[in-house]
Amino acid sequence: MAVMTYLEAIRETLRQELRRDDRMIIYGEDVGVRGGVFRVTEGLQAEFGEDRVIDSPLAEAAIVGTAIGAAINGLRPVPEIEFADFIFPAINQIVQEAARIRYRSNGDFGVPLVIRAPFGGGVHGALYHSQSVEALFAHVPGLKVVIPGTPYDAKGLLASAIQDEDPVLYFEHKAAYRSLKGEVPDERYLIPIGKADVKRQGNDLSIITYGLMVSYAQRAAETLEKEGISVEILDLRSIRPLDVEAILETAKKTGKVLVVHEDNLTGGIGGEVSALIAEHALFYLDAPIMRLAGPDVPAMPYSPPLEHAFMVTPDKIAEASRKLAKF
Amino acid sequence: MTPEFQKDIYYHMALARAVDDRMWILNRQGRAPVVYSSNGHEAAQVGSAFALNRGEDWIVPYYRDLALVLAYGMTPREVMLHLLGKAEDPNSGGRQMPAHWGLHRRHIMTTGSVVATQDIHAAGLALASKVLKDGRVSVAYFGEGSTSQGEFHEALNFASVHKLPAIFFCENNGYAISVPARKQMAVMDVAARAAGYGMPGVIVDGNDPLKVYEVTKLARARALAGDGPTLIEAKTYRFVPHSSDDDDRVYRSREEVAEWKKRDPLITFEKYLLDNQILSSEELAAMQQKVKDAVNDATDYAEKAALPDPNTLGLYVYHH
Amino acid sequence: MAETVRMPQLGESVTEGTIGQWLKKAGDTVEKYESLLEVLTDKVNAEVPSPVAGTVSKILVEEGTTVTIGTPICEIAVEGEDAPSDTTEASLPPAVAAPDARTAATASSTQPAALDNVHRGRYSPAVRRLAQETGIDPQEVQGSGAGGRVTRNDILAAAEHHPEKSEVLTGTSEGSSSPTIQETAPSAPVTISGAVAVVEDVDTLVPVTNVRKVIAERMMRSKQTVPHAWLMVEADVTGLVALRERLKDEFKAREGVSLTYVPFMLRAVVEALRAVPIINAQWNRDSIVMKKRINIGMAAATDRGLIVPVIKDADQKNIVGLAKASQDLVQRARMGRLTMDDLTGGTFTVDNTGAVGTVLTYPIINAPEVAIVTMESIVKRPVVVGDMIAIRSMVNICLSFDHRVVDGAEAGQFVGAVKKHLESLTTQTSIY
Repeated sequence: MAVMTYLEAIRETLRQELRRDDRMIIYGEDVGVRGGVFRVTEGLQAEFGEDRVIDSPLAEAAIVGTAIGAAINGLRPVPEIEFADFIFPAINQIVQEAARIRYRSNGDFGVPLVIRAPFGGGVHGALYHSQSVEALFAHVPGLKVVIPGTPYDAKGLLASAIQDEDPVLYFEHKAAYRSLKGEVPDERYLIPIGKADVKRQGNDLSIITYGLMVSYAQRAAETLEKEGISVEILDLRSIRPLDVEAILETAKKTGKVLVVHEDNLTGGIGGEVSALIAEHALFYLDAPIMRLAGPDVPAMPYSPPLEHAFMVTPDKIAEASRKLAKF
Repeated sequence: MTPEFQKDIYYHMALARAVDDRMWILNRQGRAPVVYSSNGHEAAQVGSAFALNRGEDWIVPYYRDLALVLAYGMTPREVMLHLLGKAEDPNSGGRQMPAHWGLHRRHIMTTGSVVATQDIHAAGLALASKVLKDGRVSVAYFGEGSTSQGEFHEALNFASVHKLPAIFFCENNGYAISVPARKQMAVMDVAARAAGYGMPGVIVDGNDPLKVYEVTKLARARALAGDGPTLIEAKTYRFVPHSSDDDDRVYRSREEVAEWKKRDPLITFEKYLLDNQILSSEELAAMQQKVKDAVNDATDYAEKAALPDPNTLGLYVYHH
Repeated sequence: MAETVRMPQLGESVTEGTIGQWLKKAGDTVEKYESLLEVLTDKVNAEVPSPVAGTVSKILVEEGTTVTIGTPICEIAVEGEDAPSDTTEASLPPAVAAPDARTAATASSTQPAALDNVHRGRYSPAVRRLAQETGIDPQEVQGSGAGGRVTRNDILAAAEHHPEKSEVLTGTSEGSSSPTIQETAPSAPVTISGAVAVVEDVDTLVPVTNVRKVIAERMMRSKQTVPHAWLMVEADVTGLVALRERLKDEFKAREGVSLTYVPFMLRAVVEALRAVPIINAQWNRDSIVMKKRINIGMAAATDRGLIVPVIKDADQKNIVGLAKASQDLVQRARMGRLTMDDLTGGTFTVDNTGAVGTVLTYPIINAPEVAIVTMESIVKRPVVVGDMIAIRSMVNICLSFDHRVVDGAEAGQFVGAVKKHLESLTTQTSIY
């Protein structure tokens, strides 16, 4: 058991999986010689060769589209999109092709494919290096969308994604890469996709969130504990499929729910989570379901005061929680 | 090339034309909602298919490729089941519109409707072949209209950079539904684009199955030798509207269609086989009977087959 | 004056940097934008230029040391005028700066002002449900929420602090989303009429609490609207006593909870409810609701009085499961840790009255349930076995039942089944 950053956990999992399965390949812009712009794939080409860790042409539709073909012809491709913000040229391949292939072929074809992409803001990345794009993909049946919030989960979820027979989008928060550290077992383990995790037990209200916001919610909860407010934190880990049972369980337990995400408010996962609770746990609610999310502006601006105004922070989470607790 | 081989090519062209004609009849009777035809493209499709290791090499077709998939091992029954949206349709279980082919058993890649997306899949299939060294070649089929899409260019570039065992096979019939090729591109030939990606571009008479066979065979050999992909442009013509919902009289003159019909590959290839005594008139009659029987059998079978159970709507979204 | 240079953030996602080499030493002069030091991160290695012109006065971090972004690493003495205001440009602010709630534009879906204006008398769905299920009138509860709102916890606290009534509290239909099954909760305090009390000077008047009023109303309603009938059987539980005696130490060691008679009684009741399903039913005016789930309300004595938490799906548990479930509920009841779920959804009630030493009780039915059973004290008595007098461990089983729904024959079958199950237990019986 070693203490690793979120980034190292991902890299070591990729290494472990490449060793385990000869069919797995990695490719994308800069992933080979350079080891990726964030160094996630550092050292992998040296170990596994240019045939398995491939610097591809700079064309996202081609990166994903060839991965689909390669998956169907027997490989387990794990392409990287350099920034989630750059995934849009590949939308047609992801949504129209990867997501629909099993369905449209009545189960004759499947696409075992993992698309890794760094996402999220708070790192001076501005409009095109800060986006949270998960809700767009979570809307699409046929895709799975996972977003780890800890180094431990990063490893277990990635191994599950690579083993999965369906296309999985694996979003990694850039601000988590080096700031989150934790114990990660050396041996391979799987965290099931679609299983949420209670990261903290509490009684007064539930924060339902995922990704970097899990650690932010934990910081907020520590502050609130000193004020006598007991917060439960549910880390969704997968946003498609959602763990409906866990969502309803925590909602029923505390009767007060705050959904937190960095992605824009409108049409975000918070809306779906809220609807599930409203449909299935109305008579347990003791307060309106609340959402704390990125504002409905096109994307996160660059200059620090603007960026900060956009970002969800531990203090903003604590403030929203206080209001809900007082209700 | 043996006489038997040439006769087999002819048989599949004739079979495709007959299945095609029957589909139109079913449509006009109100029994098939929509038809997309390979009528006119049979030589290009069957000629190229016969140059491949059929059932092992991957083909990535588009909606025009009825003759191609028949030559590649899909049965007339399977085509008719697909047309009528029956549960047993192996392409999609009645989920996709007609002419959206896909049959894993024969290495016919499943296809969507957005044109040129399939070009990249061919590159990806070929990428796996390069890594796995499985000796397969992957062939993308597409019309000239789709070469305006970015994904066409991305596919050629990717395949050429990585010297993948792929072939890009353009069936240029001059029209993307109603839009003529001159409004699609500022060059005369799709094949000219190959130079920009560092691969050979070959133009071939798409109404001559034997010439198509020859160039495809060369491209395949090149792919297997590790020399990378080839862009083939088969010049041909579609004799019918884009689909059963289309009326081509608004964008094509009858004279133009009549002129091309003189070069109907079914007629010219049949004449070639008879003139060169590769095929006797008795054999031809027997073959025509066989085709007719196959089409009748396929129609009857598919019409009697069960429709999908609505309870299967939610199946195969995911593996489990 | 001295200018402090801080570790800059070199690249997105980078949180710390290592001093590779100082290119200037203390005492060296440095030009603005001249390279000052080399910093190594796992993304880039870069020379860091000086933010100001001056003399390096102090190196704060040695070469080879790793520090987080924003840590002061050296000081530069600036001559003449005050340092320019942009001297911190070598150190961008940390990725997550100190928050300023007033400028924070992060979207929040609910305006707090709206929360503050909630009027007393408007209740959340959870409060309404709990009010119905506990019979507590929220108007009588002091609200602790915003604007005096009565919260879910207020109702739960009221229910827990006045647990005598909780025996009736459990008598709710499964899932309160079908409120038609329920009787309407009283909206006005009940005046207990009847014989007028005689108050003399030496007597003390204790005010009737709200909870006590509700209990009174519920008890009265059950007794007045439900035609109670009653019967009793006695069971020979000598085998059970021996079985428990044999297992209890080992059980405690292995399972961590004590093995009491309660789980055996619950097991017997489950078997009997399966055999006579009409007992696991509810009166619903024009219909009788045959409950599918078997959720057994179970009395537990606590400091605050009697609480009746519910063991859900008791039919899916063996003796060990029932022992653990019942003790878990009892413990949590004593610690005040029961959830709303624990107190609701019962379909039948078992009262372990024997715990207080009685041998015969006449329990009041927990409407809309249709029966309630007690387990009395186990006592050794001389009984006739065969044609001989023997000393046996005997227990009385008492049943009150709603005669609208249950006939005497069915009630007899039910207690007979309980008796038969209890008497079948021997030292050889498996509890798994």
